[in-house]
Amino acid sequence: MSYYDTYSKFKNVNFSDYLKQITAQDVTKVLTKDNLDQQDFLTLLAPAASNFLEELAQKAHELTIQHFGRTISLYAPLYVSDYCVNQCSYCGFNVTNDFQRNKLNLSEVEKEAQAIAKKGFKNLLILTGESRTHAPISYLKEVIKVLKDYFPSLTIEIYPLETEEYKELIATGIDGLTIYQEVYDEEIYDQVHVKGPKKNYRFRLDAPERGCQAGMRKVNIGALLGLNNWQEETFWTGLHAQYLQNKYLETEINISVPRLRPHIGSYQPNSIVKNKDLVQIMLAYRLFLPRIGLNLSTRESAQLRDNLIPLGVTKLSAESSTAVGGYAHDKDEKQFDISDDRTVDEVKEMLIKKGYQPVFKCWHRI
Amino acid sequence: MSDKLIIGEEKLENRLFTGTGKFPNQEIIPDTIKAANSEVVTMALRRVNFDTPEKNVINYIPDNCRLLPNTSGARTAEEAIRIAKIARAAGCGNWIKIEVISDNKYLLPDNQETIKATKILAKEGFVVLPYVSPDLMVAKKLEEAGAAAVMPLGAPIGSNRGLKTKELVRILIDEIELPIVVDAGIGKPSQAAEAMEMGADAVLVNTAIATAEDTIAMARAFDRAVKAGREAYLAGTGKVKNKASASSPLTGFLGE
Repeated sequence: MSYYDTYSKFKNVNFSDYLKQITAQDVTKVLTKDNLDQQDFLTLLAPAASNFLEELAQKAHELTIQHFGRTISLYAPLYVSDYCVNQCSYCGFNVTNDFQRNKLNLSEVEKEAQAIAKKGFKNLLILTGESRTHAPISYLKEVIKVLKDYFPSLTIEIYPLETEEYKELIATGIDGLTIYQEVYDEEIYDQVHVKGPKKNYRFRLDAPERGCQAGMRKVNIGALLGLNNWQEETFWTGLHAQYLQNKYLETEINISVPRLRPHIGSYQPNSIVKNKDLVQIMLAYRLFLPRIGLNLSTRESAQLRDNLIPLGVTKLSAESSTAVGGYAHDKDEKQFDISDDRTVDEVKEMLIKKGYQPVFKCWHRI
Repeated sequence: MSDKLIIGEEKLENRLFTGTGKFPNQEIIPDTIKAANSEVVTMALRRVNFDTPEKNVINYIPDNCRLLPNTSGARTAEEAIRIAKIARAAGCGNWIKIEVISDNKYLLPDNQETIKATKILAKEGFVVLPYVSPDLMVAKKLEEAGAAAVMPLGAPIGSNRGLKTKELVRILIDEIELPIVVDAGIGKPSQAAEAMEMGADAVLVNTAIATAEDTIAMARAFDRAVKAGREAYLAGTGKVKNKASASSPLTGFLGE
């Protein structure tokens, strides 16, 4: 049994036709329910539901306050290597993009750690481009050993691993895994992943599950919004999160909502996800999965992030650099451009003004 | 007449325990605790910043309160034990609320792992307050394991649904010698009063206070409700009957 079985059950559904049939009455009915099923979730993604955003937002807000309180966890990403062996048409790290690649040595990792820790962060997301050769497990373990002294919680966002490899990283000090499927539609997945090991759809799709099996405390999934129509991708992501939440009760499941951002390639999104659509996506996730963590990165603008916070967000990145070595030094080569360039103190201040407590530490390594 | 609650060897005047999670900021915690009159305050060790003392949640808990660190985040007995030991070593005292939760959907406690952790920590000198789903046999085992109180849930954490487990909690109150502290699910002062009226020794309230529009006013309301509920319990609430019974019986003269 894998999430692929769930995906296979629905993959031939004509979403566009189905969603068009949903009426205002159907949406109103879902709004009265406490527990939403998969069909209710899909209803909330329909065009008809876009006329109910305020009602949905009120409910999403209430549910979030009830389950998470007025608190937002803050984290920072750290890129340790941008070497990549894949040709993904939408990504700045694409192996065919010509720029000076970097990989931090351990003393550089430590300098970055010090620069980030000084800002107050306790949760760190470690990222690499997808290259086992340049960022092998042995290198990652050394990196983790350095970072452990600075951050009580460490999450990885790297190429997909085998269960045993995830276990090795957990034993070294990792407690969370972030891995995006990028696009759930199998055909589009094949088209945009032109070459490289990332072409293996199933290996990537099952990676979050392998992370759960290995004992990750937190697993974060997501679709890269813009690669396919957002209703379909949101549905797949929500069902994937539900599958993991139901099967791996001990793992905290989170969803991210990354939208495609400008980068050094020339890829144009297949589907434009407007701000209003992003709101609908987040509200549908919150109502379908009230206890799920919802993560919002600095890909989005400051103004939009401020307005999205009460709609269900539980985690924010702040003062992020998407360049290798970008904290201790200014670097040009980024995976994508960030949109919210406020300092962490400015983000903290904004949260406090909005009546939220910025939370830096939410795990103590044991 | 004084009516004290004894947990471990500590005598407590107040029967409302509060938490420190979910608040919009830490600065309002001291005033909220004061309004609640709480003497026992729980906090998640995983949220405590030991290396940045000014932002340390412990600093917002008034000195006259008993710290009740909890093992939130623990998925197994072993993890709970390690968290308890870290808390004690960090100077949080020897009280520990065992929370072993391996269900991230409903956040229901794992009773079996909780019993295991209680047994070991009680032997090591901790004053152990285990958070459990209400179950008589589990409570009896916790008693044997050396728990200082039993903390059954009224409803799932943060649900504000009230005393949904009432009948089961009532059995614990009747059958277990240890103090019964209703933890989780209490969403309104009236629900806290209901728990106290039926004989619970204390209640722990976090979400309902921390997420209220006015946390201080809500804390005060809970304090009053808990006190009223306790007073009613001590006063001996009237029996619930299926039929009406007149307060001035018409045939009363026959007994004279």
